[in-house]
Amino acid sequence: MSPDYDLAMAEHTPETPIEHGTSRVKRGMAEMLKGGVIMDVVTAEQAKIAEDAGAVAVMALERVPADIRAQGGVSRMSDPDMIDSIIEAVSIPVMAKARIGHFAEAQVLQSLGVDYIDESEVLTPADYANHIDKWKFTVPFVCGATNLGEALRRITEGAAMIRSKGEAGTGDVSNAVMHMRTIGGELRRLHSMSEDELYVAAKELQAPFELVKEVAAAGKLPVVLFTAGGIATPADAAMMMQLGAEGVFVGSGIFKSGNPAERAEAIVKATTFFDDPDVVAKVSRGLGEAMVGINVDEIPQPHRLAERGW
Amino acid sequence: MPAAQPTIGVLALQGDVREHLAALRSLGADAISVRRPAELAACDGLVLPGGESTTMVKLARIFDLLEPLRDAVRAGLPAFGTCAGMILLADRIEDGAAGQETIGGLHLTVRRNAFGRQVDSFEEDLHVDGLDDPVRAVFIRAPWVEAVEDDVEVLARVETGPAAGRIVAVRQGPLMATSFHPEVGSDDRVHGMFVDLVRSA
Repeated sequence: MSPDYDLAMAEHTPETPIEHGTSRVKRGMAEMLKGGVIMDVVTAEQAKIAEDAGAVAVMALERVPADIRAQGGVSRMSDPDMIDSIIEAVSIPVMAKARIGHFAEAQVLQSLGVDYIDESEVLTPADYANHIDKWKFTVPFVCGATNLGEALRRITEGAAMIRSKGEAGTGDVSNAVMHMRTIGGELRRLHSMSEDELYVAAKELQAPFELVKEVAAAGKLPVVLFTAGGIATPADAAMMMQLGAEGVFVGSGIFKSGNPAERAEAIVKATTFFDDPDVVAKVSRGLGEAMVGINVDEIPQPHRLAERGW
Repeated sequence: MPAAQPTIGVLALQGDVREHLAALRSLGADAISVRRPAELAACDGLVLPGGESTTMVKLARIFDLLEPLRDAVRAGLPAFGTCAGMILLADRIEDGAAGQETIGGLHLTVRRNAFGRQVDSFEEDLHVDGLDDPVRAVFIRAPWVEAVEDDVEVLARVETGPAAGRIVAVRQGPLMATSFHPEVGSDDRVHGMFVDLVRSA
């Protein structure tokens, strides 16, 4: 249930006429994705494979993070024709990425009819001070976060879903783990505070007091929390779910592996039965090569994507 | 015969399971997650949540739950589907994914993603038969009911906008379904109708 910190809901009075793009509609969309896997795809064929494997949505992008990392250069919103072809190819929701702060890319994506926009650190940021004002859009946004303060600032800007950043394109799950543990730990700490301590907590989190107070009372974010960044195996997905993720984004992990269709389906099964090691063991068999991967430690600091966003 | 505190399962393969569990518990039901046939067997009633219908039916097939679900509904288990859950309970689907199966039971045809994409998702006040005041109904990439057979009772139709008149809530014997999400928000009256239906089954 959404807590009371909700600008659009606060305005609701009985017999309000039909309304689009309210917080309830935007956050509700993310609720429907819970327990599911959202897969990065770069072609209509990959989108079909993802849908057949049981994905709850696909993320349309030009290059998966592993290739963005390998090839370098400026990474931008995908070609509208490519997004159209993916929307045509599948019946499940289609998400797409806009650069951090690039509200015009977001306007284009909304006009194309994508179902969710990821304001993503995986693309090259367009604004090193401001994120997109997401309240202005009818389409909902998901944003990455490495800690609770970052998550709350994104929610304040209108994000209707949060995901851990992890370190995309590496196949190394360690940063996603760190971000989920950090967010979970900070939520638990906030939940245990007395009300007079929340003023300082809000200052430290650099987030509005009213939102901090709501989150402290609920002990959870007012929006759905997924995990992303480096998930490559069914066991990775199961671990992230046990750490409190409500669903999983898989980027390069599927289509950079030896057998995408089977790996995709295995990760879907492990996400549903994340707390049943027998199922996770069974689906982990015979998947062939996982993506090769890069250790996050070996990536020079300036090339780490998780540090983009403020 | 279900007791005053019936056990109501929520199909927990994917979707907004927690919201349904919370609504059912607030109404005094013993609400449990259902992912396995043994869990299904313990239920006096079953909720099929919102989520992605293609994902849910695929997982139900893979984990040997689809036939037990069909058997249970055929045997008269009260069931309530919201959004994706309505699709799962429908006998026929328009605009499904290729080869998309359902559990079936409701004698109707449902159109998937009928209202359009997420930017077309909306909320509105909706009068539901059996409730005095309107429900603030949240429609998210929702289906609508395209056509019903005679034994299906229509509980609500869209009231304004381009889809006015479309059927969005139905009941047929022990089965109920809504296109919208009564579990999103804090109004548990539609769940109350279902819990009453389970208690009287």
